[in-house]
Amino acid sequence: MMELVCPAGTPAALRAAVEAGAHAVYCGFADETNARNFPGLNFSRDEMAAGIAHAHARGAKVLVAINTFPRAGEAGLWHRAVADAAAAGADAVILADVGLLAHAAGAHPGLRLHLSVQAAAANADAINFYAETFGVRRVVLPRVLTVAEIAAINRETDCETEVFVFGGLCVMAEGRCSLSSYATGLSPNMNGVCSPASHVDYAERDGAQEARLGGFLIHRTPRGMSVPYPTLCKGCFTAPGGAQKAQTGHIFEDPVSLDATDLIPALEKAGVRALKIEGRQRSRAYVAQVVQAFRAAVEAAGSGAPMPHGILARLTEGQAATTGAYAKTWR
Amino acid sequence: MDLTVGPIAFFWDAARVRAFYAGLARAPVARGVIGEWVCSKRLPFWQGEIPGAVEALAQAGKEVALSTLTLITLRRERRQTEDLFGTGLPVEIADMGALKYLPEGAPFWVGPTVNVYNEGTLEWLARRGARRVCLPPELPMASVARLARAGQDAGVAVEVWGHGRAPLAISGRCYHARLHDRAKDSCQFVCGDDPDGRNVDTLDGQPFLTVNGVQTLGRAVTTALPHVAALRDAGVSALRLSPQVGDFGALAAVYARALAGAEPAPMDVLRGLMPEASFADGFLAGMAGAQLSPEAG
Repeated sequence: MMELVCPAGTPAALRAAVEAGAHAVYCGFADETNARNFPGLNFSRDEMAAGIAHAHARGAKVLVAINTFPRAGEAGLWHRAVADAAAAGADAVILADVGLLAHAAGAHPGLRLHLSVQAAAANADAINFYAETFGVRRVVLPRVLTVAEIAAINRETDCETEVFVFGGLCVMAEGRCSLSSYATGLSPNMNGVCSPASHVDYAERDGAQEARLGGFLIHRTPRGMSVPYPTLCKGCFTAPGGAQKAQTGHIFEDPVSLDATDLIPALEKAGVRALKIEGRQRSRAYVAQVVQAFRAAVEAAGSGAPMPHGILARLTEGQAATTGAYAKTWR
Repeated sequence: MDLTVGPIAFFWDAARVRAFYAGLARAPVARGVIGEWVCSKRLPFWQGEIPGAVEALAQAGKEVALSTLTLITLRRERRQTEDLFGTGLPVEIADMGALKYLPEGAPFWVGPTVNVYNEGTLEWLARRGARRVCLPPELPMASVARLARAGQDAGVAVEVWGHGRAPLAISGRCYHARLHDRAKDSCQFVCGDDPDGRNVDTLDGQPFLTVNGVQTLGRAVTTALPHVAALRDAGVSALRLSPQVGDFGALAAVYARALAGAEPAPMDVLRGLMPEASFADGFLAGMAGAQLSPEAG
């Protein structure tokens, strides 16, 4: 059976995920060392140790994400995070930065290393490079690949692969995007945040509702309709004409989220070792529902049964879902 | 401090590429990086120009390196990357995965789309043979200063994004094709219609971003001109200029004079050369990247 890797932004979500059937839970410390550095989220050192003990007692693993890029002059904060994760008994750390990988491989030779999606290793050579150089055992694939390309990668590497199947969807190669810092000064790579709430502004103007990020208008909807959160790459923009016809719309991506439930059997056949659910910022109740549904799906896939259909309809209600780059036509 | 000219980001036809490098050979820049940086589908249309461009720059006494793609996924792209290391010229890696092909001990350069955020990564690259590193455009001056110092200790020349629309993101999806309701595989090379990229504005008409195939750039022209003195003091060794349409030689000359301290009001001259453009230095100034700091005047 493929391993189901589930998000936990809080100790309560970790317990809920384990209870709901997660094979592994991923989480991070409450600081800039992880890519979901949101207020009120993540784990203190004591909470991490307790969470790991709780998971281990129930047969689940804990993977600690330390996947931002250390700030020059302050790598100590990131080195301590790796050391503390190792001391707390983490089953693996999820890293993106080459300097941090080199440090972890040297200072903690027994610690299992996973390559974060933030490293955007998008072909077998890149993956084998990280595996051979730092001993990386598993790579989380960037969301730019088709299922056929993932299968081809697995034929060329012994490194395990993990792919996203549900939740928020980056349309850019992860870890290689500065759109957020261009608009707000804060970025996933440096600060662990994308399109941060601190720079969001909602207002009503001329009978329309507007959502801005760093002063840039991202969404405008008629009064009475809900206005989506202004995640930059899901915004509505216009490309003025010139030689061509002017175009207005969701130039990068619609406000959709990823749901690859139907592709789970194909991903298993492609040699994928683990399925990942996005959403460390989500509630305990959400995590429990999604994990339960996906545990049933991976078990069905493992025994060749059809995918349970519409299992997550409630959670994606009112929001469109996509299979993203897994289908070639998305490009 | 001197000037490096990065690879052409946009899809230019062979004639435009030839004219650009012929002009660049006469421009006051120290080196150039040549190669397809964004989309491998474009390469067959202009790769015949590469040997001549290398020759033109080399004959003019400039250093030359060949660039890899920013995002390498296909088998064909992996082969092309491997081939670059067999040319005998230095290779500038734009994707960390390109290091898989690096011959043992061969020197290489590192482009601005590789994530070099800290001394640990810089020093690791130096041990592998990196000789030049152009830092990611989003880094603030405090990080640049630390990395420039680390570079000096490690024997790596550190460059900073000096001029041009900053590369902000790379994707599997082609936004140019999407604007024409096409998929990447049937793009019909529509990005070639926009030799400086396609403008993207907000719905209330604010200039915001630039689409260039699978790459997204800032709309404002990012310039390091307001920070030349601070960058020099920090030990930065070069500014990187990104090719654009227009009189690039005149543009390079403004930067060369600014580096030499011979241009008392370089931003004014730059504005005169590009009257339609808006400028930004927010990344270096520690602000949002799209902003222009008070230092820019």
